[in-house]
Amino acid sequence: MLSEKEIKNIAKLARIGIEEKEVEGYQKDLSAILDHFKELEKLDTSQVEPIGHITGRDNVFRSDQRKEKTKEEREDILRNSPERKNNYVKVKSVL
Amino acid sequence: MIRKLHEKLISGEITSAKLTEEYFNSISQKEKDIQAYLSLTKDLALEQANFVDEKIKRGEEIDLLAGIPCAVKDNLCLEGKRTTAASKILDNYIAPYDATVIRKIKEVGAVILGKTNMDEFAMGSSTENSAYQITKNPRDLERVPGGSSGGSAAAVASGEAAWALGSDTGGSIRQPASFCGIVGLKPTYGRVSRNGLLAMASSLDQIGPLTLTVEDAAIVLSRIAGEDEKDSTASVSFGKKYEDYLTGDVSKIKIGIPQEYLKEGLDEDVRNNFQKAVEKFKKMGAEIKEISLPYSQYSLSTYYLIMPSEVSSNLARFDGIKYGLRVDDKESSALKADGMPRTLLETYLDSREYGFGPEVKRRIMLGTYALSAGYYDAYYLKAQKVRALIKKDFEKAFEEVDLIFSPTTPETAFKVGEKTKDILKMYLSDIFTITANLAGIPAISFPISEINGLPLGGQLMGKWFDEEGVLNAAYTFEINS
Repeated sequence: MLSEKEIKNIAKLARIGIEEKEVEGYQKDLSAILDHFKELEKLDTSQVEPIGHITGRDNVFRSDQRKEKTKEEREDILRNSPERKNNYVKVKSVL
Repeated sequence: MIRKLHEKLISGEITSAKLTEEYFNSISQKEKDIQAYLSLTKDLALEQANFVDEKIKRGEEIDLLAGIPCAVKDNLCLEGKRTTAASKILDNYIAPYDATVIRKIKEVGAVILGKTNMDEFAMGSSTENSAYQITKNPRDLERVPGGSSGGSAAAVASGEAAWALGSDTGGSIRQPASFCGIVGLKPTYGRVSRNGLLAMASSLDQIGPLTLTVEDAAIVLSRIAGEDEKDSTASVSFGKKYEDYLTGDVSKIKIGIPQEYLKEGLDEDVRNNFQKAVEKFKKMGAEIKEISLPYSQYSLSTYYLIMPSEVSSNLARFDGIKYGLRVDDKESSALKADGMPRTLLETYLDSREYGFGPEVKRRIMLGTYALSAGYYDAYYLKAQKVRALIKKDFEKAFEEVDLIFSPTTPETAFKVGEKTKDILKMYLSDIFTITANLAGIPAISFPISEINGLPLGGQLMGKWFDEEGVLNAAYTFEINS
Protein backbone atom coordinates (compact mmCIF):
# COMPACT_ATOMS: atom_id res chain seq x y z
CA MET A 1 0.00 0.00 0.00
CA LEU A 2 1.44 3.36 -1.02
CA SER A 3 2.04 5.72 1.89
CA GLU A 4 0.60 9.21 2.35
CA LYS A 5 4.07 10.62 1.84
CA GLU A 6 4.51 8.75 -1.44
CA ILE A 7 1.15 10.00 -2.73
CA LYS A 8 2.00 13.60 -1.87
CA ASN A 9 5.38 13.24 -3.54
CA ILE A 10 3.84 11.79 -6.71
CA ALA A 11 1.34 14.64 -6.81
CA LYS A 12 4.14 17.16 -6.53
CA LEU A 13 6.06 15.48 -9.37
CA ALA A 14 2.88 15.42 -11.46
CA ARG A 15 2.24 19.06 -10.61
CA ILE A 16 -1.31 18.27 -9.51
CA GLY A 17 -2.64 19.89 -6.33
CA ILE A 18 -4.39 17.42 -4.05
CA GLU A 19 -6.44 17.96 -0.90
CA GLU A 20 -5.83 16.03 2.33
CA LYS A 21 -9.16 14.27 1.94
CA GLU A 22 -8.14 12.93 -1.49
CA VAL A 23 -4.95 11.22 -0.31
CA GLU A 24 -6.63 8.07 0.99
CA GLY A 25 -8.57 7.61 -2.24
CA TYR A 26 -5.37 7.81 -4.25
CA GLN A 27 -3.63 5.39 -1.89
CA LYS A 28 -6.37 2.83 -2.47
CA ASP A 29 -6.74 3.34 -6.23
CA LEU A 30 -3.05 3.37 -7.04
CA SER A 31 -2.27 0.41 -4.80
CA ALA A 32 -5.08 -1.64 -6.36
CA ILE A 33 -3.80 -0.96 -9.84
CA LEU A 34 -0.18 -1.56 -8.88
CA ASP A 35 -1.05 -4.98 -7.43
CA HIS A 36 -2.01 -5.89 -10.98
CA PHE A 37 1.55 -5.56 -12.02
CA LYS A 38 3.02 -8.09 -9.65
CA GLU A 39 2.12 -10.66 -12.34
CA LEU A 40 4.55 -9.10 -14.76
CA GLU A 41 7.40 -9.60 -12.30
CA LYS A 42 6.99 -13.37 -12.68
CA LEU A 43 7.86 -13.26 -16.35
CA ASP A 44 11.40 -13.86 -17.52
CA THR A 45 12.18 -10.99 -19.88
CA SER A 46 15.97 -11.09 -19.53
CA GLN A 47 16.40 -11.93 -23.21
CA VAL A 48 13.73 -9.54 -24.48
CA GLU A 49 14.30 -6.14 -26.06
CA PRO A 50 11.70 -3.53 -25.05
CA ILE A 51 9.42 -2.26 -27.81
CA GLY A 52 10.43 1.08 -29.30
CA HIS A 53 8.17 1.62 -32.29
CA ILE A 54 5.67 -1.22 -32.69
CA THR A 55 5.86 -1.39 -36.47
CA GLY A 56 9.59 -0.94 -36.46
CA ARG A 57 10.23 2.56 -37.75
CA ASP A 58 13.65 4.04 -37.14
CA ASN A 59 14.31 7.67 -36.27
CA VAL A 60 13.04 10.04 -38.93
CA PHE A 61 15.04 13.22 -39.39
CA ARG A 62 14.40 16.47 -41.15
CA SER A 63 16.85 19.19 -42.11
CA ASP A 64 17.66 21.60 -39.30
CA GLN A 65 15.92 24.55 -40.92
CA ARG A 66 13.48 26.96 -39.40
CA LYS A 67 10.03 27.32 -40.93
CA GLU A 68 8.79 30.86 -40.52
CA LYS A 69 5.26 31.37 -39.25
CA THR A 70 3.16 34.21 -40.61
CA LYS A 71 1.87 36.99 -38.37
CA GLU A 72 -1.64 35.44 -38.54
CA GLU A 73 -0.38 31.97 -37.60
CA ARG A 74 1.55 33.43 -34.68
CA GLU A 75 -1.55 35.34 -33.58
CA ASP A 76 -3.70 32.17 -33.78
CA ILE A 77 -1.29 30.39 -31.50
CA LEU A 78 -0.66 33.21 -29.01
CA ARG A 79 -4.33 34.06 -28.78
CA ASN A 80 -4.86 30.93 -26.70
CA SER A 81 -2.50 32.00 -23.93
CA PRO A 82 -4.20 33.25 -20.76
CA GLU A 83 -1.87 36.23 -20.44
CA ARG A 84 0.52 37.77 -22.90
CA LYS A 85 2.62 40.83 -23.51
CA ASN A 86 3.21 41.50 -27.23
CA ASN A 87 4.64 38.28 -28.63
CA TYR A 88 5.50 36.83 -25.23
CA VAL A 89 3.44 34.54 -23.04
CA LYS A 90 3.37 36.03 -19.55
CA VAL A 91 3.95 33.90 -16.42
CA LYS A 92 4.60 34.48 -12.73
CA SER A 93 8.22 35.08 -11.83
CA VAL A 94 10.37 32.03 -12.14
CA LEU A 95 13.18 33.12 -9.90
CA MET B 1 -24.53 4.48 -47.02
CA ILE B 2 -21.71 6.70 -48.33
CA ARG B 3 -21.87 5.34 -51.85
CA LYS B 4 -25.68 5.66 -51.90
CA LEU B 5 -25.49 9.28 -50.78
CA HIS B 6 -22.75 9.92 -53.32
CA GLU B 7 -25.00 8.57 -56.13
CA LYS B 8 -27.83 10.83 -54.99
CA LEU B 9 -25.52 13.85 -55.00
CA ILE B 10 -24.08 13.32 -58.46
CA SER B 11 -27.45 12.44 -59.96
CA GLY B 12 -28.86 15.67 -58.59
CA GLU B 13 -31.48 13.88 -56.47
CA ILE B 14 -30.29 15.89 -53.47
CA THR B 15 -27.83 18.71 -52.89
CA SER B 16 -25.16 18.60 -50.22
CA ALA B 17 -26.66 21.73 -48.69
CA LYS B 18 -30.06 20.01 -48.37
CA LEU B 19 -28.46 16.83 -47.03
CA THR B 20 -26.47 18.86 -44.49
CA GLU B 21 -29.60 20.69 -43.38
CA GLU B 22 -31.39 17.36 -42.92
CA TYR B 23 -28.62 16.18 -40.64
CA PHE B 24 -28.79 19.41 -38.62
CA ASN B 25 -32.55 18.86 -38.28
CA SER B 26 -31.91 15.36 -37.07
CA ILE B 27 -29.42 16.75 -34.58
CA SER B 28 -31.81 19.36 -33.22
CA GLN B 29 -34.49 16.69 -32.75
CA LYS B 30 -32.33 14.01 -31.17
CA GLU B 31 -29.71 15.87 -29.17
CA LYS B 32 -31.93 16.44 -26.14
CA ASP B 33 -31.90 12.66 -25.69
CA ILE B 34 -28.57 11.57 -27.16
CA GLN B 35 -26.19 14.46 -26.31
CA ALA B 36 -23.58 13.23 -28.77
CA TYR B 37 -22.21 16.64 -29.74
CA LEU B 38 -20.16 19.12 -27.71
CA SER B 39 -20.23 21.78 -30.43
CA LEU B 40 -21.73 22.23 -33.87
CA THR B 41 -19.98 23.86 -36.82
CA LYS B 42 -22.98 24.92 -38.89
CA ASP B 43 -21.38 27.79 -40.82
CA LEU B 44 -18.38 25.67 -41.78
CA ALA B 45 -20.60 22.76 -42.80
CA LEU B 46 -22.85 24.82 -45.04
CA GLU B 47 -19.83 26.52 -46.61
CA GLN B 48 -18.31 23.12 -47.37
CA ALA B 49 -21.63 21.79 -48.68
CA ASN B 50 -22.11 24.77 -51.00
CA PHE B 51 -18.58 24.37 -52.33
CA VAL B 52 -19.29 20.75 -53.27
CA ASP B 53 -22.68 21.68 -54.81
CA GLU B 54 -20.91 24.23 -57.02
CA LYS B 55 -18.48 21.56 -58.21
CA ILE B 56 -21.35 19.21 -59.05
CA LYS B 57 -23.16 21.97 -60.95
CA ARG B 58 -20.04 22.60 -63.03
CA GLY B 59 -19.99 18.90 -63.89
CA GLU B 60 -16.72 18.30 -62.07
CA GLU B 61 -15.90 14.90 -60.60
CA ILE B 62 -16.16 14.65 -56.85
CA ASP B 63 -14.69 12.22 -54.34
CA LEU B 64 -16.90 9.57 -52.70
CA LEU B 65 -16.75 11.48 -49.43
CA ALA B 66 -17.52 14.87 -50.91
CA GLY B 67 -20.59 16.63 -49.60
CA ILE B 68 -21.33 13.95 -47.05
CA PRO B 69 -21.81 15.16 -43.45
CA CYS B 70 -19.64 13.70 -40.72
CA ALA B 71 -18.86 14.20 -37.04
CA VAL B 72 -15.39 14.50 -35.50
CA LYS B 73 -14.31 13.44 -32.01
CA ASP B 74 -13.37 16.47 -29.93
CA ASN B 75 -9.75 15.43 -29.47
CA LEU B 76 -9.02 16.24 -33.10
CA CYS B 77 -7.96 19.80 -33.89
CA LEU B 78 -10.29 21.64 -36.24
CA GLU B 79 -8.82 25.02 -37.15
CA GLY B 80 -10.56 28.01 -35.65
CA LYS B 81 -12.94 25.85 -33.67
CA ARG B 82 -13.22 24.88 -30.04
CA THR B 83 -11.33 21.68 -29.32
CA THR B 84 -11.67 20.47 -25.74
CA ALA B 85 -10.95 16.73 -25.50
CA ALA B 86 -14.05 16.92 -23.24
CA SER B 87 -11.92 18.52 -20.51
CA LYS B 88 -12.43 21.73 -18.55
CA ILE B 89 -8.74 22.48 -18.94
CA LEU B 90 -9.33 23.16 -22.65
CA ASP B 91 -12.73 24.78 -22.25
CA ASN B 92 -11.61 27.91 -24.10
CA TYR B 93 -9.07 26.39 -26.50
CA ILE B 94 -9.44 27.31 -30.16
CA ALA B 95 -7.31 25.06 -32.35
CA PRO B 96 -4.90 27.11 -34.48
CA TYR B 97 -4.55 24.35 -37.06
CA ASP B 98 -6.27 21.36 -38.63
CA ALA B 99 -5.19 17.87 -37.70
CA THR B 100 -3.72 16.09 -40.73
CA VAL B 101 -6.77 13.80 -40.99
CA ILE B 102 -9.03 16.87 -40.91
CA ARG B 103 -7.00 18.54 -43.63
CA LYS B 104 -7.28 15.35 -45.68
CA ILE B 105 -11.05 14.97 -45.37
CA LYS B 106 -11.53 18.69 -46.07
CA GLU B 107 -9.44 18.28 -49.23
CA VAL B 108 -11.83 15.65 -50.59
CA GLY B 109 -14.85 17.79 -49.73
CA ALA B 110 -16.25 16.21 -46.58
CA VAL B 111 -18.77 18.28 -44.60
CA ILE B 112 -18.05 18.61 -40.88
CA LEU B 113 -21.15 18.92 -38.70
CA GLY B 114 -19.50 19.29 -35.31
CA LYS B 115 -17.29 17.90 -32.54
CA THR B 116 -18.44 14.94 -30.53
CA ASN B 117 -18.43 14.08 -26.86
CA MET B 118 -15.92 11.65 -25.42
CA ASP B 119 -14.37 10.51 -22.16
CA GLU B 120 -12.05 13.29 -20.98
CA PHE B 121 -8.73 13.01 -22.84
CA ALA B 122 -9.99 9.67 -24.17
CA MET B 123 -9.73 8.05 -20.76
CA GLY B 124 -12.66 5.79 -20.20
CA SER B 125 -14.94 3.17 -21.69
CA SER B 126 -18.34 4.79 -21.41
CA THR B 127 -18.07 8.54 -22.22
CA GLU B 128 -19.22 9.12 -18.62
CA ASN B 129 -15.86 10.74 -17.86
CA SER B 130 -16.62 13.73 -20.06
CA ALA B 131 -16.38 16.99 -18.10
CA TYR B 132 -19.42 18.30 -19.96
CA GLN B 133 -22.25 15.86 -20.54
CA ILE B 134 -23.33 12.23 -20.64
CA THR B 135 -24.01 10.74 -24.06
CA LYS B 136 -26.72 8.10 -24.28
CA ASN B 137 -26.77 4.96 -26.36
CA PRO B 138 -29.33 5.48 -29.18
CA ARG B 139 -30.36 1.83 -28.84
CA ASP B 140 -31.31 2.31 -25.17
CA LEU B 141 -31.23 5.74 -23.59
CA GLU B 142 -30.52 4.35 -20.13
CA ARG B 143 -27.28 2.83 -21.33
CA VAL B 144 -23.88 4.12 -22.26
CA PRO B 145 -22.71 4.33 -25.86
CA GLY B 146 -19.30 3.04 -24.79
CA GLY B 147 -16.09 5.07 -24.85
CA SER B 148 -14.06 6.94 -25.31
CA SER B 149 -15.46 7.69 -28.80
CA GLY B 150 -19.03 7.44 -27.48
CA GLY B 151 -20.22 10.70 -29.02
CA SER B 152 -19.02 9.71 -32.49
CA ALA B 153 -20.57 6.25 -32.20
CA ALA B 154 -23.89 7.61 -30.92
CA ALA B 155 -24.02 10.27 -33.67
CA VAL B 156 -23.61 7.66 -36.40
CA ALA B 157 -25.95 5.12 -34.79
CA SER B 158 -28.72 7.69 -34.29
CA GLY B 159 -28.50 9.23 -37.76
CA GLU B 160 -26.99 12.49 -36.52
CA ALA B 161 -24.03 12.02 -38.89
CA ALA B 162 -23.41 9.78 -41.92
CA TRP B 163 -20.00 8.78 -40.55
CA ALA B 164 -17.54 9.90 -37.91
CA LEU B 165 -13.90 9.95 -36.86
CA GLY B 166 -12.80 8.63 -33.50
CA SER B 167 -9.58 7.57 -31.82
CA ASP B 168 -8.55 4.24 -30.31
CA THR B 169 -5.87 3.66 -27.68
CA GLY B 170 -7.23 0.56 -25.95
CA GLY B 171 -10.52 -0.01 -27.78
CA SER B 172 -12.06 3.45 -27.87
CA ILE B 173 -13.39 3.09 -31.43
CA ARG B 174 -14.26 -0.60 -31.37
CA GLN B 175 -16.01 -0.89 -28.01
CA PRO B 176 -18.47 1.99 -28.70
CA ALA B 177 -19.05 0.55 -32.18
CA SER B 178 -19.96 -2.76 -30.54
CA PHE B 179 -22.24 -1.11 -27.96
CA CYS B 180 -24.05 1.04 -30.55
CA GLY B 181 -24.36 -1.60 -33.26
CA ILE B 182 -22.15 0.03 -35.89
CA VAL B 183 -18.74 -0.52 -37.52
CA GLY B 184 -15.51 0.80 -35.97
CA LEU B 185 -12.00 0.35 -37.34
CA LYS B 186 -8.66 0.83 -35.60
CA PRO B 187 -5.97 0.85 -38.31
CA THR B 188 -2.44 -0.53 -37.89
CA TYR B 189 -0.32 1.73 -35.68
CA GLY B 190 1.25 4.23 -38.05
CA ARG B 191 -1.34 3.77 -40.83
CA VAL B 192 -2.93 7.14 -40.07
CA SER B 193 -1.10 10.30 -39.00
CA ARG B 194 -1.62 11.38 -35.39
CA ASN B 195 -0.74 15.02 -36.08
CA GLY B 196 -3.46 17.14 -34.55
CA LEU B 197 -4.81 14.38 -32.33
CA LEU B 198 -4.55 15.48 -28.71
CA ALA B 199 -2.18 12.74 -27.64
CA MET B 200 -3.12 10.25 -24.97
CA ALA B 201 -0.59 7.40 -25.26
CA SER B 202 1.70 8.01 -28.21
CA SER B 203 2.71 4.40 -28.82
CA LEU B 204 -0.91 3.19 -28.79
CA ASP B 205 -3.16 5.95 -30.24
CA GLN B 206 -4.69 5.63 -33.72
CA ILE B 207 -7.45 7.57 -35.47
CA GLY B 208 -10.12 5.63 -37.33
CA PRO B 209 -13.65 5.65 -38.78
CA LEU B 210 -17.00 4.84 -37.15
CA THR B 211 -19.57 4.04 -39.82
CA LEU B 212 -22.82 2.26 -40.57
CA THR B 213 -21.25 -0.23 -42.97
CA VAL B 214 -17.88 -1.89 -43.53
CA GLU B 215 -17.58 -0.41 -47.02
CA ASP B 216 -18.00 3.06 -45.51
CA ALA B 217 -15.12 2.37 -43.10
CA ALA B 218 -12.96 1.27 -46.04
CA ILE B 219 -13.82 4.43 -47.97
CA VAL B 220 -12.95 6.71 -45.04
CA LEU B 221 -9.72 4.85 -44.29
CA SER B 222 -8.50 5.34 -47.85
CA ARG B 223 -8.83 9.08 -47.45
CA ILE B 224 -7.15 9.43 -44.06
CA ALA B 225 -4.30 6.91 -44.38
CA GLY B 226 -0.77 7.87 -45.30
CA GLU B 227 2.58 9.21 -44.24
CA ASP B 228 2.95 12.71 -42.87
CA GLU B 229 6.03 14.89 -42.40
CA LYS B 230 4.38 16.15 -39.23
CA ASP B 231 4.14 12.66 -37.70
CA SER B 232 7.34 10.67 -37.84
CA THR B 233 5.55 7.58 -36.51
CA ALA B 234 3.23 7.41 -39.52
CA SER B 235 4.17 4.87 -42.16
CA VAL B 236 4.46 5.28 -45.89
CA SER B 237 1.33 4.42 -47.86
CA PHE B 238 0.66 3.89 -51.53
CA GLY B 239 -2.70 5.57 -51.96
CA LYS B 240 -4.56 2.28 -51.61
CA LYS B 241 -8.33 2.38 -52.13
CA TYR B 242 -9.43 -0.13 -49.52
CA GLU B 243 -12.98 -0.25 -50.87
CA ASP B 244 -11.56 -1.92 -54.02
CA TYR B 245 -10.45 -4.90 -51.93
CA LEU B 246 -13.93 -5.90 -50.79
CA THR B 247 -14.41 -9.08 -52.80
CA GLY B 248 -17.03 -10.66 -50.53
CA ASP B 249 -15.09 -13.91 -50.66
CA VAL B 250 -13.43 -15.52 -47.65
CA SER B 251 -13.18 -19.05 -49.02
CA LYS B 252 -9.40 -19.24 -48.78
CA ILE B 253 -9.09 -17.40 -45.47
CA LYS B 254 -7.92 -19.00 -42.23
CA ILE B 255 -9.49 -17.49 -39.13
CA GLY B 256 -8.03 -18.16 -35.70
CA ILE B 257 -10.10 -18.21 -32.51
CA PRO B 258 -7.93 -17.46 -29.44
CA GLN B 259 -8.74 -20.03 -26.78
CA GLU B 260 -7.70 -17.65 -23.99
CA TYR B 261 -10.49 -15.24 -24.89
CA LEU B 262 -13.25 -17.80 -24.54
CA LYS B 263 -12.43 -19.23 -21.13
CA GLU B 264 -14.93 -19.78 -18.33
CA GLY B 265 -16.30 -16.62 -16.92
CA LEU B 266 -17.32 -15.31 -20.33
CA ASP B 267 -21.03 -14.50 -20.37
CA GLU B 268 -23.01 -17.42 -21.83
CA ASP B 269 -25.09 -15.25 -24.17
CA VAL B 270 -21.93 -13.63 -25.55
CA ARG B 271 -20.30 -17.03 -25.99
CA ASN B 272 -23.30 -18.52 -27.78
CA ASN B 273 -23.79 -15.57 -30.09
CA PHE B 274 -20.09 -15.50 -30.86
CA GLN B 275 -20.13 -19.23 -31.70
CA LYS B 276 -23.02 -18.59 -34.12
CA ALA B 277 -20.89 -15.95 -35.84
CA VAL B 278 -18.00 -18.42 -36.09
CA GLU B 279 -20.38 -20.92 -37.74
CA LYS B 280 -21.38 -18.21 -40.23
CA PHE B 281 -17.76 -17.72 -41.26
CA LYS B 282 -17.46 -21.50 -41.69
CA LYS B 283 -20.53 -21.51 -43.93
CA MET B 284 -18.93 -18.74 -46.02
CA GLY B 285 -16.00 -21.04 -46.66
CA ALA B 286 -13.43 -19.79 -44.18
CA GLU B 287 -11.28 -22.31 -42.35
CA ILE B 288 -11.56 -21.98 -38.58
CA LYS B 289 -8.60 -22.88 -36.35
CA GLU B 290 -8.16 -22.68 -32.64
CA ILE B 291 -5.05 -20.70 -31.73
CA SER B 292 -3.29 -19.69 -28.57
CA LEU B 293 -2.09 -16.28 -27.46
CA PRO B 294 -0.44 -17.27 -24.19
CA TYR B 295 0.81 -13.82 -23.20
CA SER B 296 -2.60 -12.21 -23.72
CA GLN B 297 -3.37 -12.78 -20.03
CA TYR B 298 -0.79 -10.09 -19.26
CA SER B 299 -2.23 -7.51 -21.65
CA LEU B 300 -4.39 -5.67 -19.13
CA SER B 301 -1.44 -5.19 -16.75
CA THR B 302 0.89 -4.25 -19.58
CA TYR B 303 -1.58 -1.74 -20.97
CA TYR B 304 -2.38 -0.17 -17.60
CA LEU B 305 1.34 0.43 -17.09
CA ILE B 306 2.36 1.69 -20.54
CA MET B 307 -0.70 3.86 -21.13
CA PRO B 308 -0.69 5.93 -17.90
CA SER B 309 3.08 6.41 -18.18
CA GLU B 310 2.72 7.89 -21.64
CA VAL B 311 -0.34 9.84 -20.51
CA SER B 312 1.59 11.45 -17.64
CA SER B 313 4.15 12.66 -20.13
CA ASN B 314 1.68 13.82 -22.79
CA LEU B 315 -0.55 15.74 -20.40
CA ALA B 316 2.33 17.62 -18.79
CA ARG B 317 1.80 20.34 -21.41
CA PHE B 318 -1.53 21.37 -19.86
CA ASP B 319 -0.11 23.76 -17.31
CA GLY B 320 -2.23 26.85 -17.82
CA ILE B 321 0.60 28.76 -19.45
CA LYS B 322 0.44 28.55 -23.24
CA TYR B 323 -3.23 27.65 -23.66
CA GLY B 324 -6.23 26.35 -21.84
CA LEU B 325 -7.47 27.08 -18.38
CA ARG B 326 -5.34 28.94 -15.88
CA VAL B 327 -6.77 29.15 -12.41
CA ASP B 328 -5.88 32.74 -11.64
CA ASP B 329 -7.36 33.76 -14.94
CA LYS B 330 -9.83 36.52 -14.19
CA GLU B 331 -12.45 34.82 -16.36
CA SER B 332 -12.32 31.49 -14.53
CA SER B 333 -14.39 32.62 -11.59
CA ALA B 334 -16.40 29.39 -11.80
CA LEU B 335 -13.57 27.59 -10.04
CA LYS B 336 -13.39 27.60 -6.27
CA ALA B 337 -9.66 27.90 -5.73
CA ASP B 338 -8.83 28.82 -2.13
CA GLY B 339 -7.10 32.08 -2.82
CA MET B 340 -5.35 32.74 -6.07
CA PRO B 341 -1.97 31.14 -6.84
CA ARG B 342 0.91 33.25 -5.61
CA THR B 343 3.71 31.34 -7.27
CA LEU B 344 4.32 29.70 -10.63
CA LEU B 345 4.25 26.28 -8.99
CA GLU B 346 0.85 27.03 -7.51
CA THR B 347 -0.40 28.06 -10.96
CA TYR B 348 0.49 24.56 -12.18
CA LEU B 349 -0.90 22.79 -9.10
CA ASP B 350 -4.20 24.66 -9.09
CA SER B 351 -4.83 24.72 -12.85
CA ARG B 352 -4.26 20.99 -13.11
CA GLU B 353 -6.16 20.21 -9.91
CA TYR B 354 -9.28 21.98 -11.12
CA GLY B 355 -8.87 21.56 -14.85
CA PHE B 356 -8.56 17.78 -14.93
CA GLY B 357 -11.26 15.31 -13.95
CA PRO B 358 -10.69 12.47 -11.45
CA GLU B 359 -9.93 9.69 -13.93
CA VAL B 360 -7.39 11.84 -15.75
CA LYS B 361 -5.67 12.76 -12.50
CA ARG B 362 -5.66 9.14 -11.39
CA ARG B 363 -3.91 8.00 -14.56
CA ILE B 364 -1.39 10.84 -14.47
CA MET B 365 -0.58 9.94 -10.87
CA LEU B 366 -0.18 6.27 -11.78
CA GLY B 367 2.05 7.06 -14.74
CA THR B 368 4.15 9.53 -12.77
CA TYR B 369 4.79 6.88 -10.14
CA ALA B 370 5.60 4.20 -12.72
CA LEU B 371 8.16 6.44 -14.39
CA SER B 372 9.71 7.91 -11.27
CA ALA B 373 13.25 7.18 -10.16
CA GLY B 374 13.68 3.65 -8.94
CA TYR B 375 10.49 2.37 -10.55
CA TYR B 376 11.07 2.93 -14.28
CA ASP B 377 12.82 -0.42 -14.77
CA ALA B 378 10.33 -2.40 -12.73
CA TYR B 379 7.25 -0.93 -14.35
CA TYR B 380 7.46 0.88 -17.70
CA LEU B 381 10.50 -0.88 -19.09
CA LYS B 382 9.23 -4.26 -17.90
CA ALA B 383 5.86 -3.59 -19.52
CA GLN B 384 7.53 -2.68 -22.85
CA LYS B 385 9.37 -6.01 -22.71
CA VAL B 386 6.19 -7.96 -22.00
CA ARG B 387 4.68 -6.03 -24.89
CA ALA B 388 7.35 -7.56 -27.14
CA LEU B 389 6.24 -11.00 -25.95
CA ILE B 390 2.59 -10.16 -26.65
CA LYS B 391 3.57 -9.00 -30.15
CA LYS B 392 5.47 -12.28 -30.69
CA ASP B 393 2.29 -14.23 -29.86
CA PHE B 394 0.61 -12.53 -32.81
CA GLU B 395 3.60 -13.06 -35.11
CA LYS B 396 3.43 -16.78 -34.36
CA ALA B 397 -0.36 -16.87 -34.72
CA PHE B 398 -0.23 -15.13 -38.10
CA GLU B 399 2.06 -17.88 -39.41
CA GLU B 400 -0.92 -20.22 -39.05
CA VAL B 401 -3.90 -17.95 -39.71
CA ASP B 402 -4.75 -14.81 -41.70
CA LEU B 403 -7.16 -13.24 -39.24
CA ILE B 404 -8.11 -13.58 -35.58
CA PHE B 405 -11.75 -13.43 -34.48
CA SER B 406 -13.19 -12.73 -31.03
CA PRO B 407 -16.06 -10.89 -29.41
CA THR B 408 -15.26 -7.15 -29.27
CA THR B 409 -16.47 -6.80 -25.70
CA PRO B 410 -17.32 -9.29 -22.93
CA GLU B 411 -20.77 -7.70 -22.62
CA THR B 412 -23.38 -5.49 -24.28
CA ALA B 413 -23.87 -1.83 -23.30
CA PHE B 414 -24.13 -1.37 -19.54
CA LYS B 415 -26.33 1.18 -17.78
CA VAL B 416 -25.23 4.74 -17.11
CA GLY B 417 -23.66 4.85 -13.64
CA GLU B 418 -23.32 1.08 -13.37
CA LYS B 419 -19.52 0.92 -13.47
CA THR B 420 -18.39 4.34 -12.37
CA LYS B 421 -17.74 3.25 -8.77
CA ASP B 422 -15.46 0.35 -9.64
CA ILE B 423 -12.55 1.42 -11.81
CA LEU B 424 -11.15 -2.06 -12.19
CA LYS B 425 -14.50 -3.29 -13.51
CA MET B 426 -14.55 -0.43 -16.01
CA TYR B 427 -11.03 -1.38 -17.14
CA LEU B 428 -12.16 -4.96 -17.84
CA SER B 429 -14.43 -3.68 -20.63
CA ASP B 430 -11.31 -3.36 -22.76
CA ILE B 431 -9.98 -6.85 -22.27
CA PHE B 432 -10.48 -8.04 -25.85
CA THR B 433 -9.52 -4.79 -27.52
CA ILE B 434 -6.27 -3.70 -25.87
CA THR B 435 -4.11 -6.45 -27.38
CA ALA B 436 -4.52 -4.97 -30.86
CA ASN B 437 -3.17 -1.63 -29.60
CA LEU B 438 -0.28 -3.30 -27.79
CA ALA B 439 0.66 -5.34 -30.86
CA GLY B 440 -0.05 -2.46 -33.26
CA ILE B 441 -2.26 -4.58 -35.53
CA PRO B 442 -5.42 -3.47 -37.35
CA ALA B 443 -8.75 -4.43 -35.78
CA ILE B 444 -12.38 -3.89 -36.72
CA SER B 445 -15.61 -4.28 -34.77
CA PHE B 446 -18.79 -5.02 -36.68
CA PRO B 447 -22.28 -6.08 -35.55
CA ILE B 448 -22.67 -9.85 -35.26
CA SER B 449 -25.76 -10.23 -33.11
CA GLU B 450 -28.12 -8.83 -30.52
CA ILE B 451 -28.67 -9.91 -26.93
CA ASN B 452 -31.97 -8.78 -25.40
CA GLY B 453 -32.23 -6.09 -28.07
CA LEU B 454 -28.72 -4.76 -27.46
CA PRO B 455 -26.03 -4.96 -30.16
CA LEU B 456 -22.99 -7.22 -29.84
CA GLY B 457 -19.89 -6.67 -31.93
CA GLY B 458 -17.41 -9.19 -33.26
CA GLN B 459 -13.77 -8.23 -33.66
CA LEU B 460 -11.46 -9.23 -36.47
CA MET B 461 -7.74 -8.59 -36.03
CA GLY B 462 -5.28 -8.84 -38.89
CA LYS B 463 -1.62 -8.70 -39.78
CA TRP B 464 0.23 -5.43 -39.65
CA PHE B 465 -0.93 -3.24 -42.55
CA ASP B 466 -3.47 -5.83 -43.72
CA GLU B 467 -6.49 -3.52 -43.33
CA GLU B 468 -7.88 -4.88 -46.60
CA GLY B 469 -7.92 -8.43 -45.22
CA VAL B 470 -9.70 -7.34 -42.07
CA LEU B 471 -12.19 -5.16 -43.97
CA ASN B 472 -12.98 -7.80 -46.57
CA ALA B 473 -13.78 -10.48 -44.01
CA ALA B 474 -16.02 -8.12 -42.03
CA TYR B 475 -17.66 -7.02 -45.29
CA THR B 476 -18.30 -10.62 -46.31
CA PHE B 477 -19.97 -11.33 -42.96
CA GLU B 478 -22.07 -8.18 -43.30
CA ILE B 479 -23.40 -8.96 -46.78
CA ASN B 480 -24.22 -12.51 -45.75
CA SER B 481 -26.12 -11.45 -42.64
